[in-house]
Amino acid sequence: MRDFRFWGLLPAHVLMALTLIVPILIIVAVSFSTRGAYGGFEFTFTTDAYRQILFNEGWTGELEFNPQYLYIIGRTVLLACCTTFLCMALAFPIAYWITLQGHKARVILLFAVTLPFWVSMIVRVYAWLIILGNDGVIEKGLRLTGLVDDLPSLLFNNGAMLAGMVYSYIPLMILPVFASIEKLDPALIEASHDLHGSRWVTLRRIILPLCWPGLVAGAILVFVPCLGAVLEPVLLGGGKILMMGNLIQMQFGGARNWPFGASIAIVLMCLVMVFLLLNGLRATRKAMEEMA
Amino acid sequence: MIRAGTGPTRKGTDLETRKKAVEIRQVSKMFGTFQALETVSFDIYDNEFFTLLGPSGCGKTTLLRMIAGFEEPSTGQIVLHGNDIQALPPHKRRVNTVFQSYALFPHMTLEQNIAYALENLGWPKEMIRARVAEMLDLVHMSKFARRKPQQLSGGQRQRIALARALAPEPEVLLLDEPLSALDLKLRQAMREELRALQRQTGLTFVFVTHDQEEALDMSDRICVLGDGRIQQLGTPREVYEDPSNRFVAHFIGETNFFDVDVLSVEGDMARVRTPLGLDLTASQKHVAADQSRATLSLRPEKIGLEEQATGEILTGTVTSTNYLGGYTYYVIRVGEADIRVSRRNAMSHVPSLAEGATVRLGFLPESARVLGQ
Repeated sequence: MRDFRFWGLLPAHVLMALTLIVPILIIVAVSFSTRGAYGGFEFTFTTDAYRQILFNEGWTGELEFNPQYLYIIGRTVLLACCTTFLCMALAFPIAYWITLQGHKARVILLFAVTLPFWVSMIVRVYAWLIILGNDGVIEKGLRLTGLVDDLPSLLFNNGAMLAGMVYSYIPLMILPVFASIEKLDPALIEASHDLHGSRWVTLRRIILPLCWPGLVAGAILVFVPCLGAVLEPVLLGGGKILMMGNLIQMQFGGARNWPFGASIAIVLMCLVMVFLLLNGLRATRKAMEEMA
Repeated sequence: MIRAGTGPTRKGTDLETRKKAVEIRQVSKMFGTFQALETVSFDIYDNEFFTLLGPSGCGKTTLLRMIAGFEEPSTGQIVLHGNDIQALPPHKRRVNTVFQSYALFPHMTLEQNIAYALENLGWPKEMIRARVAEMLDLVHMSKFARRKPQQLSGGQRQRIALARALAPEPEVLLLDEPLSALDLKLRQAMREELRALQRQTGLTFVFVTHDQEEALDMSDRICVLGDGRIQQLGTPREVYEDPSNRFVAHFIGETNFFDVDVLSVEGDMARVRTPLGLDLTASQKHVAADQSRATLSLRPEKIGLEEQATGEILTGTVTSTNYLGGYTYYVIRVGEADIRVSRRNAMSHVPSLAEGATVRLGFLPESARVLGQ
């Protein structure tokens, strides 16, 4: 039995090691290396790459504080937060509405929610270029109504980027939220009304708290990939506004500074882990309270 | 006002003088094309333990949900202490419900569950605290105030559901089969507790159940519902002893039915001819004037066996014997008919009658009931 468990799980372990752990170790190694003259890296241990996140090296070799990259990190976190919040606000009513549908309609609607995943991310983000762009659907539509004549460009700004991000990641929010609302006992909602709770009170004190686990799960699923988003900032934000994902890509691409790219990647990963850890702590604390 | 059933309009009851808590006025309910409830009208009085009894699908829960405001009547109105509450949403009605599944909020402690309604009503904090403590004390759950519902047993959850519904001082308490999820022993204990609580609080209880024993045990009056209609409305004794029709006689308790011809009706007695050719004068309360055919109901415990046989005497053969501790149930074949008889096992040493034995059985004609249609 033990043997079977070992050999049976071996392929999974090997796969995990080769595709997850080894690459991470390589990134860690790269981040502590020196930059190669023509890209790539030479493995001589140094923390230069990490220092570069915070400091510039002046002409004479002295270090001066450079907040430029901190801004990028902060901006990335802010964008991820905004996206997550918007996804929550939009996904909850959508998911709630889906739970109210008949069985057949529900299956179709859930399928529709996952439909975008069947199409390449790049194609989907490009679609937003067509929607928001000059002579795009929105602009043309507004012009046809004759109400608006001169529109500022809808593309290449924070709003366009945010719209694209929310669009890309909202299915990841809808699905867990739907699952948690579906599990909700309708008798609890009736009980709340019966106990003199208005619709608003019922939503705030009964429905939202009971669906909270679904919202948290969705928030993690959305927040984490948002931190590393590359496509939306480039295509919809016009590449003018750098995010961590773009920064990393640049370092490995044009800038040919692999160690620096790797170090930012590690920082990004640490950020994700901090958020997951905070959530984990919250969950354990809650479980402890339940036990007590 | 049209009244169905017999309860409130019958002579000799003082119900007329009591204050009406709930008036159901010509209420009916359609679900799509399905008539869940035909037009019904009746009143529920203050301080009354009123039971809606019937098999599943009879419309009893629909009626309760309409009083609570979760369903809207297709026609008619519901009046609570003189006020038409038709337009009020559930949260503005001064009635509270004990749900079948209890529906306690799992993310709140018991205290918070009980305080919920009071907070929604905008009670001051001090009063809420006092009321919650009072309610927990009322249902003997003070020790568990800080627990969550998942940490309780079925009976304890039941008590908290009661306390939660009683806390906001409803004008009427609605109970939707609250005992059905409990096991037998607990159910019996809770019955007594519920009854005591009703007396103690003096509140009007509207209780829904499909369990006839529960209904007989606890109610002041029972409204028997079947096929979306009121079959009978009366005290437990009335619905058991004088069932209005075959449905009620069959649903409440055990009985023997005989199809009889009605020969004549005089006051509370009717002369009927049984299929065995026997002419009897039995009691009646519900036979219509022009009724020529009727059902005669004879409860198993009203029939005496052997030395207890009095009145009309018949002879038959025992075809089955079921010993049930306190009682023994017999099926006795008399001519073409199988008659069920129960005999109290008053004497420990008296053996049960053997199957196949020939026995004398007798009953007093006035304890047999001629039913209406």
